[in-house]
Amino acid sequence: MNPYFLARWQFAILTIIHFFFVPLTLGISVFLAILETAYVRTGKKVYRDAVKFWGKVFLINFALGVVSGIVQEFQFGLNWSEYARFMGDIFGAPLAVEALLAFYLESTFIGVWVFGWDKVSPKIHATVLWLTAIGSNLSAIWILIANSFMQHPTGYTMKADGSGVLMTNFGQVATNPNVLYQFPHVFFAGMSTAAFVVLGLSAYLYLKKRGDKAMLDMSVRWATIYGLIGVIMVITVGHFQGQFLVKEQPTKMAAAEALWHSEQPADFSLFAIPNESTQSNALDIKIPRFLSFLSYNDFTSKVEGIDEVQAKMEAKYGPGDYIPPVGITYWSFRLMVYAGLLMLALLLYQWYLNSKGISLAERPGFAKAMVWSILLPYLAVSTGWIMAEVGRQPWVVYGLLKTEQGVSPASVVSGGEVLFSLLGLGVVYIVLTYYGVKLVIKHLHEAPPHAAEAD
Amino acid sequence: MGLNTLWFILIAVLFSGFFFLEGFDYGVGMLLPFLGKRDEERRAILNTIGPFWDGNEVWMITAGGALFASFPQWYATLFSGFYLALVLLLLALIFRGVGFEFRSQIEDEGWRNTWDWLIWLGSLLPALLWGVAIANIVRGVPIDEHMNYVGGFFNLLNPYALVGGITFVVLFAMHGATYLALKLSNGLEKQAARVANRLWVATLVMAVLFLLYSYPEVFSKAQYFGIAAVFLAIAVVALLADGYFLKQGDMLKAFWAGAVTIIGVTAGFFASLYPNVMPSSLNPKYSLTIYNASASPYTLKVMTIVAVVLVPVVLVYQAWTYYTFRQRISVKDKMTY
Repeated sequence: MNPYFLARWQFAILTIIHFFFVPLTLGISVFLAILETAYVRTGKKVYRDAVKFWGKVFLINFALGVVSGIVQEFQFGLNWSEYARFMGDIFGAPLAVEALLAFYLESTFIGVWVFGWDKVSPKIHATVLWLTAIGSNLSAIWILIANSFMQHPTGYTMKADGSGVLMTNFGQVATNPNVLYQFPHVFFAGMSTAAFVVLGLSAYLYLKKRGDKAMLDMSVRWATIYGLIGVIMVITVGHFQGQFLVKEQPTKMAAAEALWHSEQPADFSLFAIPNESTQSNALDIKIPRFLSFLSYNDFTSKVEGIDEVQAKMEAKYGPGDYIPPVGITYWSFRLMVYAGLLMLALLLYQWYLNSKGISLAERPGFAKAMVWSILLPYLAVSTGWIMAEVGRQPWVVYGLLKTEQGVSPASVVSGGEVLFSLLGLGVVYIVLTYYGVKLVIKHLHEAPPHAAEAD
Repeated sequence: MGLNTLWFILIAVLFSGFFFLEGFDYGVGMLLPFLGKRDEERRAILNTIGPFWDGNEVWMITAGGALFASFPQWYATLFSGFYLALVLLLLALIFRGVGFEFRSQIEDEGWRNTWDWLIWLGSLLPALLWGVAIANIVRGVPIDEHMNYVGGFFNLLNPYALVGGITFVVLFAMHGATYLALKLSNGLEKQAARVANRLWVATLVMAVLFLLYSYPEVFSKAQYFGIAAVFLAIAVVALLADGYFLKQGDMLKAFWAGAVTIIGVTAGFFASLYPNVMPSSLNPKYSLTIYNASASPYTLKVMTIVAVVLVPVVLVYQAWTYYTFRQRISVKDKMTY
């Protein structure tokens, strides 16, 4: 029972599950704040009904996000103490700011929001929700600042004995170009997730003929617009982030394209089966020249392949394998992109239905598709993070520290202890997620059935 | 005063705030299944801390984050070293946090009762484990020359640490009972006051035991015991005053006396620790100190500016929420939790 192997699986599993809850919180908190502001401005009951109805889903999700989030802060020390020692001068600060600025804001004001419907004025109540939403999104900024240092170190110098990094410029750490792409990307992913959850659950209610029609119709219209902004922007920001990464993390991008050898111009692979032992792709369906276009905005540029990037890395860092697992990186990237494009297509069709005044009740086939499509943003955010973190391997801090150097020593944390935490926390997460979903479905089934009317 | 000392004090302040606030949350959770006999009573109990517990828990997150930022070696040694204890702590906090949200959403008695006991466990364990952790930290644990804890899990359950853990449990339970005496109605507040009185006796006994035991284990080795003694003396006086106010039925003064006790004990033990942060029982040369465990002066400076700006703001708006929800909870209220 290798503690390093187990520690990696634990961090991956617990973080991915945590990130099931985070995007929905990020996106739906803002969505609900917008709806509650509409209520305050117009006084229309439909907005208040929507805030209370979707708010229940938000709160179930939020609780799971909070408890899995506490584990996150601890994990860096529990299983990655050598990483914490190496990175401590830089990594701890954004986490501390995240707590001081964002978590206090989010966790304090959500209490007021949940308990204060009849205690504070509607204006203050809506403001409190905005503060909660801002708090959540601020926390995303700061944790992404921390992660961005791992992807693209900046604002630092090495300690004289090489035992760690020292922060030299907090401003540079906080405005790391990586986070300037990464935060908007995550923010818009949050909007997309919230949109699909609201649309998918609304579709479910139309199919079950339950729920307040006015509230659902309004929710669908607003969620469609919210989702279109989210998905269009997440794709746009993602594209520019990809171009940044081609320059700054060439190993990740070469692996993500399964581009074994440099090409000029480079074709874009739609579907490949990478074979890491033969360093080739068993199958590769491609769009000619399109990878040059995506990487460099023209159809003629050379794109560096895995072999060339590996050679450059060896020249810089000495002998070693600097290429992340190609199969995982390639497929997580493809699945994220395809999920995103499918989400865009579904939203465009939904927008078309809305513009024609056609309700999901009249399109049960598409409504069913929208229920299942709730899974799409979850697929996208999970594969996105898998690409980001697996694609950074073998580094835990790109160019500075290898993942294997960061793990807590086996003499301090044994394989048995990691197995205990992996199984204990993993099983608890899964069980609680199951009950969370059950509670959401129960909440939906408590919505009043539609009165018998001509459809 | 150097930045290292300043941040040691700030960590102590954050832990004091955490124990003061989450102390009554843990206490309320520990009393939930006992003080609440009927469902609406248990709901009332949960709703007394409903608006506050999450914001209170952030004091723990902030203490941990600030620890990582200002003393990264301390964070690394403590969190890797006390691994299983912290995993148990996390599991407990997960059950508690989810329990608050999920508990009343289904009308089934089995469902609600299960969550009530999970909330109970999720409140008892953190109180116990934090007491065990603090006691072990100040007493010193086996730390080697690489700043790594080499003692294993069961080493942490030594008699001194267990006494510390149980002291925290009864102290927080008493503090929670006092809080409930201020926030409940329908006669429950009187029951809570009676429980608080009884728990005060237990707290006094444990406190005396713990302080006496701490003399050979901790205080005799403390470099600045004079300062620590001042805080501990304040804590003892506050605890005695607490008992007096409880007897008199002045629950508000009792609550604040309890708060001073918790803060005084925390400050006293941190002062006994100074200038170490994790003394090594193997060899004092291997101890982590405010110097060898700290972040760079630059990072400490940046963090100081951040803290000075943000902490006062946080205090103001958290105080506002306590004011907003100052009313007592009745079993006849429309319950949120």
